[in-house]
This record gives sequence, structure tokens and C-alpha cells, in this order.
Amino acid sequence: MTSITARKGGPGLDPGLPASPSLRGRRRPGEALVKLALRVAAGITVVTTLGIVVALLVPSLGFFAEVPLTDFLLGDRWAPRFAEASFGVLPLVTATLWTTVISLVVAVPLGLGAAILLSEYASARLRKVLKPLLEILAGVPTVVYGFFALQFVQATVLREWLQLPTGAFSVLAAGLVMGIMIIPTIASISEDAMSAVPQALRQGSAALGANRMQTTVRVVFPAALSGIIAAVVLGVSRAVGETMIVAIAAGNQAVMVSDPLQQGQTMTGFIANAALGDSRVGSLEYDTLFAVGLLLFCITLGINAISIALVRRFREAY
Amino acid sequence: MTSLQSAIRGTRPLTGGGGERRPGPVLFLVLLWLSLVVAFSVLVTLIITIVLEGMPQFTTRLFTEYPASSPDEAGARPAILGSIWVIITTAIMTVPLGVAAAVHLEEFADPRNWFNRLIELNVQNLAAVPSIVYGLLALAFLSLLGVRDKSIVIGGALALSLLILPVVIIATREALRSVPLEIRHGSLALGATPLQTTWRQTLPAAVPGIATGTILALSRALGEAAPLLVLGALVFVSFDPNGLLSGYTTLPIQIFGWTGRPQAGFHELAAATSVLLLGVLLAMNAVAILIRNRFQKRW
Repeated sequence: MTSITARKGGPGLDPGLPASPSLRGRRRPGEALVKLALRVAAGITVVTTLGIVVALLVPSLGFFAEVPLTDFLLGDRWAPRFAEASFGVLPLVTATLWTTVISLVVAVPLGLGAAILLSEYASARLRKVLKPLLEILAGVPTVVYGFFALQFVQATVLREWLQLPTGAFSVLAAGLVMGIMIIPTIASISEDAMSAVPQALRQGSAALGANRMQTTVRVVFPAALSGIIAAVVLGVSRAVGETMIVAIAAGNQAVMVSDPLQQGQTMTGFIANAALGDSRVGSLEYDTLFAVGLLLFCITLGINAISIALVRRFREAY
Repeated sequence: MTSLQSAIRGTRPLTGGGGERRPGPVLFLVLLWLSLVVAFSVLVTLIITIVLEGMPQFTTRLFTEYPASSPDEAGARPAILGSIWVIITTAIMTVPLGVAAAVHLEEFADPRNWFNRLIELNVQNLAAVPSIVYGLLALAFLSLLGVRDKSIVIGGALALSLLILPVVIIATREALRSVPLEIRHGSLALGATPLQTTWRQTLPAAVPGIATGTILALSRALGEAAPLLVLGALVFVSFDPNGLLSGYTTLPIQIFGWTGRPQAGFHELAAATSVLLLGVLLAMNAVAILIRNRFQKRW
């Protein structure tokens, strides 16, 4: 996450740098114009955020005018299309929780293992081969992962080989494959964090008689903890926001999931599925999309804030 | 990592020689290798399964025919053309904007100014927003403009542009940051204005890094389906898209559509299309890595 990289000081082109004579020369009105354009381009990112907030909030306000907030957040029945409609979002949240937790169980150990190997054990040459290979995992489109989760993991591995009592979809298959997808995210950021630990710490540890494993586990790992936490938290936010894998392989029945072999609909899965139907602008159905989207946005924003706070707290500066 | 560090790494005497071969450390190393082996074997399995399943349908028909109700007559021609339309439109909208924003932040912005700090924090946050939210943003925007049919090329490109804009900005900033200050100072000392310095020295030196980041971002956009799904791109398209306001579908959407059909023939088509998409994306990634390794200067 870029928030952990130290902010660089002056960009170096400021006329205000020490000991720089007047570099202005003759006036160039065109340059001011270009600089303004650059500024506007950067400002567009702020407009995007404002746009997201407004785009999600306005329809959501319409939604919450009809559905009380407590019914939405605490209700355990999600049936927006039924005649007797119910808008309890908990089934979507529990399904999201299941797929996220399962994916982390896969991605955290494997991602950290890969990161330690790359940072502490691999030679520069080996690293040059392994890193791009690992990045391929991040380059596979999620819809292909979804296809793989449905056709191979669920249908072949879980049902045919392991003979598990599960239907056509399960949160387990979606979560497992999502975990594989997140490995590169966790691996590359924690590897950066561990590579940034000064060599002197490792040498000090070795001088005291520690072997590589002890050095890694007791010295490098704690020293890189802030970056590793940031990596895991970013993994969480990717898992929560991932759409296509769950839309394809987790199923589309919004039920309270109590068993990973069950199918379930996540928040993103609902948005993707509901958008397939043609909902009129301004209808309650249309507003529901945005209410769930707003919840999703708030959750990922919250996770991001937690990550930033944790990084500050555990940061070891060298 | 600096070259000095790796030089140290290559020769570092990290142990006293003793404890390294005891069962604990050996098991640890085996587990580390295992984590990579598991990750790669899943990748290999994924590729093998989709290639095996897609082989029977991976014919020229996939490129020339339109979707049909029978899997043996269907092809992905509109999806291929749609992907090309959308990705080129996305690139045209994103690259100038992203590079300009990054140049402002890296070369001209005063980091102490609150507005610039806000932009920085904001870019980081935007990069973590789920892709489907960008679909909702584009949906709301098009509704606001009163567009009835939201499944148009420009709408999809808009959602994808906003999605990858933070990625392009972050990559470009990193590329600019790796250009040493001395280059800028030398140019300034010769009388160039800051803008001339950026345009003639800093930016050209950063081009390989920018290209790598941009290609990776575009490959992400090419494989992305969620925001387009929200915009209603999953429709039966049996014509070639022919403009920015034309209806379209893309390869990932087509794969999603065929995956959801009950007949096995469509699953084979989905697998064949996945092979095609994966091939294109891997080629893009390879080009990006090649550019990074070959053209990036080590200062």
C-alpha cells in the first residue's frame, strides 16, 4: 500500500528550493495554463470520490425513506423481489464474511510463505523468475477464476472427488479460489515490507547465532509487521469487493449461510445479479442496488482506515 | 532495492553454519516452498482445465461468428470487437489524464498544500474501492444524463477509466520518482523552465515505467466484468459495435453469460473464450514485464 511509503520532500522543481537562482527567465503565460490543466487533471480524482459518495447516497436516501435503517442492517431475511418484500441485509453480509474468511485462510499463509521465501531465501536470480510468475496469478481475470471455481473446484473437486454434500454452488469453492487470487496481493506487499528491513538487523541476529528461520521469524517478521498487516488488510478489502467469482460460483440465493458447503449471495453478488434485471431508475429495486453499494463502500473504506491506523501504530521506523 | 543491498544479499553470511540443517529450519523452508508450489499448481491446473475444456470450441468460428442459440454455431466476434472498442476508448480517456495528474502531484504540487495532500490520500483510497462501485457510479451518472440504454461503449469505458485511473496515477508517480533529481537540476541549470524540463527530460526518462504501469492497468480493465455487468452489458449482441454510442458486449461478459447457460456446449465456449482472453492478458503482462526489464534505466 502506498500509504506506507514515505512521502518525498519537495519535488525538486520548486523555484523555492534553497540556493536556486531565479530560474524564471521571460514570462511564459502558456506554462501557467498547462500547469493549471495538470492541476485540474489531479483534481478529477477528488471529483470521482465526491461522485461516488453522491451517486451512492442519493438513491440510498430514497431507499431508507421506505425501509428503516434498523430493518436493513439487522434483518435476517433478504427478499427484495418478493411480493412480501424484506430488506434485511444480514444474509448478504454473512455470505460475504464466509467467502472473505475462507479466502484469507488460503491467502494469508500461502502469501506470507511466498513473501518470506522471496525476500529472505531466494537469490536475486530466482526472485526475478518467481515474482513475474506470481504476478500472473493477479493477472488472471476474475471471470475466468469464477469459471474455474464453478466448473473445476465445485463440480469436480468438491463434488466428484471429495464426494461432499453440496449443490451446484458453494461459498467454499468461491472462497478457495478467491484466496488464490489474493495471494499475489499479500505476497508482493509483505515482500516489499520485509525487503525494507535493514540488512544490519539480520546480520546482528546472525552474529548472535540465530539461524535463518530464527532471524526471519523473530527479527524480520516483527520489524516488517506494519507492512504485513497492511498487506493482509488490503487482501481483506479485495475479498470483500470481489464480484465475479462469487457471482458465478457462490450461488444466488440470499440465505443465512451457516455451512461453507451451502450456497449464498454476497453483497457484490447481489448487485451483479440484480443489475441483470431491468430495474427502472427511481424504483425501490434500483435504489436497493445503491443501498447495498453504499454499505459495501463504507465497509471497504472502514477497512482501509483500519489499515492506515494499524500501520501508524506498529510502524518501526529505520 | 538498491544494487548495493542485493550485492550484500548475494554474499551474506547469515548463519553460523550450525542450526541451518536441524529439522525445524528445514521443515520451515519446505513449507515456504510448498506455499509457492501450491499457488503455481493451482495456476497450472486452471490453465490446463480451461484449455482442455475449451479446445473443441477454439476454432476460427469463435472469431468470425455471432452468439447463437446453439453452441455449435456461436462465436465471440461481437465480444472481441466490443473489448477492443472499450479498451481503446478507456486508454484514450485514462492515459493523458492519469499522466497529467501524476505529473502535477510529483513534479509541481507542494506536498504541504492541503489540496494536494487531499488528492494524495484520495488516490490511495480510490485504488481500494471495489470495482463494482465504479459500475454504480457510471450507472448513476448515465441516469443523471437521461441515457435510457446504459449499455453503450462510452459508458463502459467511463466506468473502466475511473477504475484504473488511480492505478495509472500511482504507477506514473513511481516512474517519475525513479528519475534522479540530477537530471532535472541539469536541465534547469541549462536554462530550461520547469515545464520544459518535465516535458523534455523527466517524462521521456520515465516512459518505460509509465508504459509498464499503463499496460498492466489496461490489462486489468480488459479482464474486468463487474462494472460493465452493472451497466447492463450482458445482452444478446449480434452485431458489430460501430461507435461510442453503440451497444456492445466484452469478452469477460460473454464468458460470464455462457458460464450461466445450462448446456455443456456453452461451457466449452466459455472456456475457449477464457483461453483467448487469458492469452491476450498474459501477452500484455509479458510485454509490460519485458519493457520494464529491457528499457528501464538503472540510475
